[in-house]
Amino acid sequence: MENRPLEYDYTVAKMFMLTTIILGIVGMLIGVILAFELAFPSVNTILGSGLAEYTNFSRLRPLHTDAVIFGFTLSGIFATWYYVGQRVLKVSMAESGLLMFIGKLHFWLYIVGVAAVVVSLFAGVTTSKEYAEFEWPIDIAIVVVWVLFGMSIFGLIGIRREKSLYISVWYYIATFLGIAMLYLFNNMEVPTMLATSPAGETAIGNWWHSVSMYAGTNDALVQWWYGHNAVAFGFTVPIVAMIYYFLPKESGQAIYSYKLSLLSFWGLMFVYLWAGGHHLLYSTVPDWMQTMGSIFSVILILPSWGSAINMLLTMKGEWQQVAASPLIKFMVLGSTFYMFSTLEGPIQAIKSVNAIAHFTDWIVGHVHDGVLGWVGFMIMAALYHMAPRVFKREIYSKSLMAAQFWIQTLGVVLYFTSMWIAGITQGMMWRAHDEFGNLAYSFIDTVTVLHPYYAIRGVGGLLYLVGFLLFAYNIYKTWTSDKEVDAERLNQSPMGA
Amino acid sequence: MFHWLEKHPFFFAVGVFVTIAFAGLIEILPNFAQASRPVIGTAPYSTLELAGRNVYIKNSCNACHSQLIRPFKSETDRYGHYSLSGEYAYDRPFLWGSKRTGPDLMRVGNYRTTDWHENHMKNPAAVVPGSIMPAYNWMFTNKADIDTAYAEQLTVAQFFSVPYNKPVPMKDGSTKVVKMGKSVAEAHALALEEAKKVAADMKDQDVKDAVARGEIPEIVALIAYLNSLK
Repeated sequence: MENRPLEYDYTVAKMFMLTTIILGIVGMLIGVILAFELAFPSVNTILGSGLAEYTNFSRLRPLHTDAVIFGFTLSGIFATWYYVGQRVLKVSMAESGLLMFIGKLHFWLYIVGVAAVVVSLFAGVTTSKEYAEFEWPIDIAIVVVWVLFGMSIFGLIGIRREKSLYISVWYYIATFLGIAMLYLFNNMEVPTMLATSPAGETAIGNWWHSVSMYAGTNDALVQWWYGHNAVAFGFTVPIVAMIYYFLPKESGQAIYSYKLSLLSFWGLMFVYLWAGGHHLLYSTVPDWMQTMGSIFSVILILPSWGSAINMLLTMKGEWQQVAASPLIKFMVLGSTFYMFSTLEGPIQAIKSVNAIAHFTDWIVGHVHDGVLGWVGFMIMAALYHMAPRVFKREIYSKSLMAAQFWIQTLGVVLYFTSMWIAGITQGMMWRAHDEFGNLAYSFIDTVTVLHPYYAIRGVGGLLYLVGFLLFAYNIYKTWTSDKEVDAERLNQSPMGA
Repeated sequence: MFHWLEKHPFFFAVGVFVTIAFAGLIEILPNFAQASRPVIGTAPYSTLELAGRNVYIKNSCNACHSQLIRPFKSETDRYGHYSLSGEYAYDRPFLWGSKRTGPDLMRVGNYRTTDWHENHMKNPAAVVPGSIMPAYNWMFTNKADIDTAYAEQLTVAQFFSVPYNKPVPMKDGSTKVVKMGKSVAEAHALALEEAKKVAADMKDQDVKDAVARGEIPEIVALIAYLNSLK
């Protein structure tokens, strides 16, 4: 056996790093525009009334959610998989021509899918189901992309040298299986072209149009089983996969507890799927399902905090690194926001709290402290860790990283505090009755009162976007720097090179 | 056991899948047998209403408006009777929404008129001072897609036995027949007939002229849909 570390091939990882950054900018920029549209409605016609159809809030909103979920986050998941996978399985993509081909095909089909999604959502072609807006032809393309991702995962596992699967691989496998199951069942639809022959025509109307396989309450039930667990398997599971790899690598510390990892992993797998019902409290779905949704949401604190505490305790005795390294800061604050968000969610899932919180901006605030503070921070930290190793260059500027950290942290804090106040204010005003038992406020009163909070939220979002642009610049300068560093950087333990 | 699983990816994946699929089986499947039966008074959407519903979806109205009235006094005071499962029997997809930036629309047909919607869609802040809803002027010129709505009717009639051209029971004991055309031409004729009734209550001369010419602007279909929400 040769006595040198393996060389890994990061071609596909690099491609997905690029889309992580580009789609991140697009998704967050649209988000900032949306925030200002709510604060200042004239922004809806920012490109003139002729283009208002394409710039107004309702048309852009699915573009924002899908760009950050299926653009930024998913690219980040893919980029880290094509980096972490090789390293923890001790096998290079270059060793298999087939796997390399699958990886590249995965990327290019993903790009085709993204383009189709952008065009269709701008045109208003949507099924209306949140985070599952795509019509059936795009659904099929997404399934193909996902199968290629699965082939990459299991292909690499198939030729691995390290026989034991590291914790991160568990989470990547779960991401693949979870999203596959959820996406397939939620997108069951009947293309209208299948039924137009009785009228003597081959196709009537838009060929891409379809009708959901489920109606009304059932449709809602399947949608929120999907919607909630897309959060689970898109925003939680793969991000935990990342932190289990990148935090120990960056800090040089071993994972605090293997048993806690086991408990959190299997606990998360079992509990998460039950909790979807908390999106449907006081709706027309049966009471027992609503109660199950509530109860399991509270139980979900255990496995979520299990992972987060495991991460924080991994830093035991090494807390000076948090002060010294902006990269560690991102990950430690990320786990903290994860704890925060996974406590806030269960609180909102308690029925009496949900009665106030549901339909308000508090929910929007909850989503964003999770995605900005946890998902965003972790993906950026992962890319910062990967960049020197992938591009073989030192990070361009550490002080820029630190500046970015504080700007974005301030942005997140402004975002969720303003949305808390907005949500609870509106929830209380909706239910307020006067001394005669009549409603105390008309609906518009509960909208105009939110203006200052919407403005603050817009500023918070803008700060986060500015930080993200600094991140993009930093990575770009790292990538294009002249100085090549040949040796692997420090902190190769505990997993080896 | 866990150590063994970590060395056997296939069985590991099977284990994960069983663990995550379990909840869906127990929680979701039982409800399918009963939840989709319509309550008395719920009728399928007409061609024009369905075209309007597709305009609603195309513009993601559900991003800001819910169609779900929760059983609280504050909600029933504001929006009317709380929602019943069977009222959604013909909703594919469901449009409950998840955020009320604007008010609930489940029963908006009970308390808003064609005239109100027309003015409001042109300039929301003129009708409701302080409104942050944008104007939807393009709906007055874009044409509603009657063909696709008709294709959707054919699909739900064939695959989900939605009762078109059949009597459905109403609350007052009478029955109602929602007609579906036998051909594209007939579907257009039915939709136009309905559109003329809506346009008669509207002020916009261009819309009136278009309907007189046999065209149906999106706004007419949308208002027909909103008026049907009761």
